[in-house]
Amino acid sequence: MKNRWTLYDPRLASMLIAPVLLLLIFFLVLPIAVMAVYTFFTFVTAGVETSALTAANWHEFLTDSYYHGFLLKTLRVGAMTALLCGVLGYFPAYFIWATSFKHKWLLLLLLIVPFWISFTIRTFSWINILGEQGVINVALIRMGIISEPLPMLYTEGAVIMGLLHFLLPYMILNVYVSLESIDRTLIAAARSMGCTSAQAFREVTLPLSLPGLAAGLLLCFVLAAGSYVTPQLLGSGRDALFGNLIYDTIMSELNWPMGATLSIVLFVVLGFFAAIYTRYMGMSQIVKGLGG
Amino acid sequence: MKVGRPNKEGRWAWRLTGFVTLCVYIFMFAPIVATVILSFNASMFGGFPMTGFSLQWYGKLMANEAVLAAFRTSLWIALVTAVVTTAIGVVTSFALVRFEFPGKQTLSTLVILPALVPETILGVGLLVLIKAVDQPRTMLLLVLGHILLAVPYVVLITQARMVGIRRVYEEAALSLGASRFSSFREITLPLLIPAVVAGALLAFTISFDNTSASLFWRPAGVETMPTQILSMLKISISPEINALGTVMILVTVGIPLIGGLILQSLTRLKRRDEPKEEAR
Repeated sequence: MKNRWTLYDPRLASMLIAPVLLLLIFFLVLPIAVMAVYTFFTFVTAGVETSALTAANWHEFLTDSYYHGFLLKTLRVGAMTALLCGVLGYFPAYFIWATSFKHKWLLLLLLIVPFWISFTIRTFSWINILGEQGVINVALIRMGIISEPLPMLYTEGAVIMGLLHFLLPYMILNVYVSLESIDRTLIAAARSMGCTSAQAFREVTLPLSLPGLAAGLLLCFVLAAGSYVTPQLLGSGRDALFGNLIYDTIMSELNWPMGATLSIVLFVVLGFFAAIYTRYMGMSQIVKGLGG
Repeated sequence: MKVGRPNKEGRWAWRLTGFVTLCVYIFMFAPIVATVILSFNASMFGGFPMTGFSLQWYGKLMANEAVLAAFRTSLWIALVTAVVTTAIGVVTSFALVRFEFPGKQTLSTLVILPALVPETILGVGLLVLIKAVDQPRTMLLLVLGHILLAVPYVVLITQARMVGIRRVYEEAALSLGASRFSSFREITLPLLIPAVVAGALLAFTISFDNTSASLFWRPAGVETMPTQILSMLKISISPEINALGTVMILVTVGIPLIGGLILQSLTRLKRRDEPKEEAR
């Protein structure tokens, strides 16, 4: 019989993947494709555009330094956040991996708990620390060190701190996963061959954990550069990032073609970094870091 | 095994590592603790110093109709998202792990993209699409959007577990005359339960917590919990928001913790039922 179904028939597979495929096509692929077309539409007035094709949006983006400034600032904030995450995140990851503490799972659980707490709440809770009536200012004034509250909130530093707070668990878990996969006998071997612990770390542990560090850096960079809520809550108008620019262009100015253009720009720029990364590292490390 | 620290240099490095780790943990939890403490503050202003203990802000919260409505909306969206995403995710990872089909590699990359593409871009893209075909923003759209955002995580979790379930069990059931569906229901699904529960919980929190994309997708006049908090923050930072934050923390941390405990006791019960080792 020609049409008999085999045990692992591709036809059954296509039925099984149909729902997710439809979802991905209609909510991910098609929207980005339509958005790419929209970048060539003509903006008439707020909320109105025609399908007459034009390169005006791209021309405006490429020539106006207003947009370049936003893009550069976004990349700078993203890179700074990712680097800080890398430096600050490596220590806890290493500590959890190397400690002989019996309740290691508790340390790991504490890293996962923030993922469950609403991101908006975690972000605004910084107002209680950095604000004029926040812990730091009130404590310093009480101690008589300062008489006027320090302006810490609504600065770029506050935005980076909020992003750091949001992204550190991603980084720590990524590094921890790659440390976990290191064969510990390698380190013992290095030590028995006369390496000091610092040398063993430099020559064995650190290089072998680089894939996790790299995955964490990419993840933190992309998520920081694409953020919207954090600059909105913790930054002043001047600290807005590209995500805020996109939101305002679409939701306030109702300039859809320009909003689409800016979205595609961000998509391409971040995709470029991700492509460089996967070129050298592959996708598997990111998959592991996301919980696979 | 401790990783080398008999020499002096190593001891100092280890102490430094421990110190930075402690600081990072404090950094992670200090703002949250401050928010919880401030929610009990009697003062009219949302900030320090504490002027006394009071539950008045929780009372105010319970009487705030807008907040309650947003809470109900978010709860429903998150429940539907959790159920549907888990179903889609389980079926997808079953196909990805057990079957060979053209485009499998592409699909497994495509399916994690929603977790990597910034929400702003996903948000704008979907809006542009429905504008292009002249459709209004609806609740259905918002829910389907949340499903898209949660699907990568559920697929990754169930896939990891599915790889560990040996296919001979299913095949044995099939060869004994079980139908495709009943072999899946009787054999695969029970073995997959921990991943199903974990995936559903994660999908729930992802949806309940989603802010940026929801700002784009929500129908006019609808507020979800996070967007409601954002619009409250635009007006002022009142102690009511601290109380709201505390309630949310209780909900979103409490549900997974309880789920985890249930899961643990389930596995313990199962172990008692079948003392033989389980293939992993």
